[in-house]
This record gives sequence, structure tokens and C-alpha cells, in this order.
Amino acid sequence: MNIIVCVKRVPDSESRIVLGGDGRSIDTQGIKYVLNPYDEYAVEEALRLKEGAGAGSVTVMTLGGEESKETLRTALAMGADQAVLLKGHPSSDGLGTAEKLAAAIKEREYDVVLFGKQAIDDDNLQVPAMVAELLQLPCATVVVAVKIDGNKVTAEREVEGGHEIVEFELPGVIAAQKGLNEPRYPSLKGIMAAKKKPLEEVDVGDAEERLDFIELMNPPERAAGEIVGEGPDAVPELVRRLREKAKAL
Amino acid sequence: MSVLAFAEQRGGALRQAALETMTAGRALADGSGVELVAVLLGPPALADEAERLARYGADRVLLAMSDNLAEYAPEAYTELLARAVEERGAKALVFSASARGKDLAPRVAARLGAGLASDVTELAVEDGRVVAVRPIYAGKLVSKVGFKADPALLSVRPRAYAAVENPRPGEVEEMTPQVDPEGLRTNVRMEAGEKRDRPDVAEAEIVVAGGRGMQGPENWKLLEELADALGPGAALGASRAVVDADWRPHAEQVGQTGKVVSPPLYFAIGISGAIQHLAGMRTAKCIVAVNKDAEAPVFKVADYGIVGDLFEVVPRLTEEIRKLRSEG
Ligand SMILES: Cc1cc2nc3c(=O)[nH]c(=O)nc-3n(C[C@H](O)[C@H](O)[C@H](O)COP(=O)(O)OP(=O)(O)OC[C@H]3O[C@@H](n4cnc5c(N)ncnc54)[C@H](O)[C@@H]3O)c2cc1C
Ligand SMILES: Nc1ncnc2c1ncn2[C@@H]1O[C@H](COP(=O)(O)O)[C@@H](O)[C@H]1O
Repeated sequence: MNIIVCVKRVPDSESRIVLGGDGRSIDTQGIKYVLNPYDEYAVEEALRLKEGAGAGSVTVMTLGGEESKETLRTALAMGADQAVLLKGHPSSDGLGTAEKLAAAIKEREYDVVLFGKQAIDDDNLQVPAMVAELLQLPCATVVVAVKIDGNKVTAEREVEGGHEIVEFELPGVIAAQKGLNEPRYPSLKGIMAAKKKPLEEVDVGDAEERLDFIELMNPPERAAGEIVGEGPDAVPELVRRLREKAKAL
Repeated sequence: MSVLAFAEQRGGALRQAALETMTAGRALADGSGVELVAVLLGPPALADEAERLARYGADRVLLAMSDNLAEYAPEAYTELLARAVEERGAKALVFSASARGKDLAPRVAARLGAGLASDVTELAVEDGRVVAVRPIYAGKLVSKVGFKADPALLSVRPRAYAAVENPRPGEVEEMTPQVDPEGLRTNVRMEAGEKRDRPDVAEAEIVVAGGRGMQGPENWKLLEELADALGPGAALGASRAVVDADWRPHAEQVGQTGKVVSPPLYFAIGISGAIQHLAGMRTAKCIVAVNKDAEAPVFKVADYGIVGDLFEVVPRLTEEIRKLRSEG
């Protein structure tokens, strides 16, 4: 089974994100960058699918700058076989990025294309379904379980109040949600091996932006809360305020 | 010209999200002086719901009714929506950022070559163009964007716009539901036997969320009783610590790797308020925290807090709310 996994370099979820001086970008100082956490599930699933099939290869791919090599190496250290760096700027909406990825994927052999459900920087939740549409492939997003039997895929995706079952035939696209699996940590041996694995670089240029960026802002501060009181005796006063001041009850 | 709004249905019933989408769509339609057209795809019986969409703000309802559209059919839905946008020369198409909206909107955007802003909390028309405000970096920053070209595609965060009655003529037009069968590659159905009696945490009016301070799954009875007292609009939520410990299902997790919720009222019970949890609930209108640690970070975002042992505070809260409800 040949698998392509699209991954992205993003700030660690613990990072404090501070506005840059220009009010249009973030201050990258002190930010630790990681492989997007949802993409870890995608890489893990790819490795398991390949192991299950007993043959094939796992290619990790990213659209980004030179620094994204580090992210690709992380995925290689987990066990992916080779990496592709598409050199260029991703777009802030999903479509520009999806177009670059789709064009590169089209050139290669694959049975499955895996994604994370969402990149935790722009929080777009767009790229996987867009790539599927551009390549005319079936697709399941926000997937928490997947079974592949021959070329028949049964994926379970999370929806409000339950799960949806999505069935299609390969080749196809799957976007991973937390819960799909437990991603492995790169072993020391894996990290050493990753340095020698093939990493191809292709200049693809910057992705098209369909949105104009107007302003980047700090979220409205929530007014510091009031401590209503201590212990159960504070409850009647809380209920009164919820009803009369907040009009929430 | 018009603004289109996707009226989401599931299992043949219109969803609350559909009505919220009408309100959001209205803002764009009014802002650009054009009509709001609801697009409703589903089984024939659903045609009766057109009237409800008109009551919540649709000037016109575009219907594609077929038994094949009863369940989510991604390719068919994509084709029908793209067709509607093209035929109407739509300025914008609004979705709910529900599970379905988040799956469907990117497909339609890719089909049309259009920009998409997801999980929008505010939208408007400024100088004739559509602009949107959306949280990024899990809500640590907010970004305001404008569309370079029409059509503008947007998905709006559930609960960001309330469903409000705003009756309109709601003229009904039918579109042919037939789509190119060549393109149909996916079969989607709801998993059987999963009917919850509470609303989903992302769409609830009130969320009662518990954290590690609850000490074990057996104590969730306390939160269920509180939710019951608050009424049928209340859902249960959980921190990741609790989901990782298998005390509660992942579907209830609120936060960066769970669901983002914006209910009018959110209770954080025995939750410390880690940055990844706050990312999921800081846009709630009113936050109440109960925690025995006065220094817990959750108090920095809570509108009202009680410092104390939840095992004493929560039963009392349930009792007071029952009292309030019985007084009417
Ligand atoms: C990549 C990543 C993603 C994450 N995503 C999420 C996410 O989506 N959602 C999420 O919630 N977390 C997420 N986390 C985890 C997050 O960092 C915290 O670990 C988690 O939110 C803590 O859960 P908690 O508040 O229930 O537990 P704790 O932090 O252990 O807090 C328990 C609280 O209960 C209080 N307490 C204890 N006993 C009582 C009592 N008897 N009465 C009253 N109060 C009591 C304590 O004072 C304490 O404040 C993520 C972490 C990472 C690294
Ligand atoms: N620049 C990129 N390069 C490679 N894959 C990406 C890129 N951006 C997003 N993706 C993939 O698309 C998924 C969803 O991203 P998004 O739609 O941006 O939230 C991510 O989890 C990645 O798998």
C-alpha cells in the first residue's frame, strides 16, 4: 500500500502567541514548533496501514519553507520512508495550499492520502476535503476509526451526537481526528535513521491567497471574573446574579 | 445577486444550525441589499420545512428534494450547492461550522475555486465586500479577513449567531435534484443506535463541564442532575484529562483537541482552566467556575466563581436551580 501523508509545521499548543509589531503577523520569538498534533495521528495510521499490508511505502509531504524539513524529519523518525518538501508559502485559507498539494500528489503513486483534520495554527479544517475535491477522490474527514479491507474503506467520523459511517473505494482521502490511534514516539534508532532517508525538495512557489488579511487582534479580554463567595452558601447569590445580572437563567 | 445559506438537515429534520445560518446569512444579505436564499437539500417530506426557513429570515427557499439526498451525500451536495451558487451569481454562501458544514464547505469552495473562511464568529459587508472575523491559534488571536473575490464562502461557528424569527415571504423554488451519477463515490450513513437524549456539547444552550476534580466517572451523576435541572437545552462537557482517563467519551471534550463551544452559559466544575481548555470555551457568553483552588486559572476567564468543594457546591446549585425552575 502506497500512502502519502500531508503534514504541517505549527507552533506547539502550549506556546503563547503574541502579536508582532506590524499587527499583521505573530512574534515568532520563543515559539517552539512541532509536527501538527493531528498529523501525528495521520502518520501513525499510515505506518499501521503499511505494516498491516506488509508492503508499500509512506511518503510525508509538506508545503512550507526550509524550516519545515525539521517537521518532515520528525515524521521520518516515526517511520515514514521518504519525504517531499514543496518549497513555497502556504495560503492562509485552505485552497491555495490544497492546490499545491494536489498538484504534487497527482504526480505520484498512492492508494491513500492521509491528513490531520486541522492544522492548529490557522484552524482552517479545509485542506483535506479540498485536495479530495481537486483530485476527484472520495474522502472522510474527522475520522476516529478506519478499516480497510482490500480496497474498501469504512471510516467512522465524529458528528454531533454520534458517529457517521463513511464508505468508499480506494484511492481516497482520510483526515485524522484524535482518538484514531496512539501515535508512537520516534525512537533513538528512528531519529538516526531519519537523517539518511531521502528528502526531496521541489520549488513550487507561493500558494494563491483568496483572502486579504485585514487585521490581527488579541481576543477581547474577558473582564476579570467575580468570585461570588466560598462554599455552598455562595450558591443562592450565584443563582441570583445569573438570573438578574447575566440573564443566563 | 443573492446571498445563499445552506439549511442543514439530518434524518429529515431541520437542525438548529440551519436557523442560525439564516440569521448569519441575513446579515450579509442586508449588508449588500440583496435577497437571502436558503438552500435545502433532503428527502421530499422536508419541503414542509421551507416555511420555517422563511420565518427565520429566508426571502426565498431553493429546494432539491430526493430520497437520495436524505442522508449526507458529499458529492451530490457539493454539485448542487456549486450549481446554485453559479446559477444565482451568488455573492456569498454561508454554512454552519457543524460537522457537516466543515466537511462540505471546503468541497464546494474547491469546486468553485472560491475562498473559504471557516468557523467565523462575525461577518459583515464593508464597502461592498464580505469580511469575516475568526479565531486562530485556538482562539489565542483573532483575525479579520476580507474576500478578494465573490463568491465568499463562510462557515459560522454554532451559537455565534442566534436563531431569531424574522418572517419573510419565503417563495419556494425547486431545483432538479439530479446529479451526475459518475461523481458519486461515497456512501454515508448515521451509525445505528446512537441517539443521545441531550444536545451535542457544541450546540447546546448550556454546558455543564466536569474536570479531574470530579474524581471519578461515578460522580457524573451530580453533573447529570444539574444538567437535568437546567433543562433539555443543557449538555455535558468534559476536560481532556477526564476523556483521557476514559471517564467520559471524546465527543464531550471541550478544548483545542475537542470541541469549540460558544453557549450562552458554561459551567466549569473541577476544571483548572489550562490554555487548551480555555481555547474551547472562552467565547461562551457567561462562564461559571467552581473550584476549590482560588488560584485556578479558570477564575481569570469566569464571569462568576465559587471557591469551594464541588461535592458540596454542585448539589446545592442543583437544588437552587430546581427551586427557581419550579417557581417558573
Ligand atoms: C496538544 C494538547 C492538546 C490539549 N487539548 C485539550 C483539550 O482539548 N481540552 C482540555 O480540556 N485539555 C486539553 N489539553 C490538556 C490540558 O493541558 C490540561 O491538562 C487539562 O485541561 C486538565 O484537565 P482538568 O482541568 O480536568 O484537570 P486538572 O488540571 O488536574 O484540574 C483539576 C481541577 O479540579 C480542582 N479540584 C479538585 N478537587 C476538587 C473539588 N473537590 N472541588 C472543586 N475543585 C476541585 C483542582 O483545584 C484543579 O483546578 C491538551 C494538552 C495538550 C498538550
Ligand atoms: N502547508 C501544508 N503542507 C502540508 N499539509 C498541510 C499544509 N497545511 C495543511 N495541511 C494538511 O491539512 C490538514 C488540515 O489543515 P487545515 O485545513 O489547514 O486545518 C493538516 O492537518 C495537514 O495534514
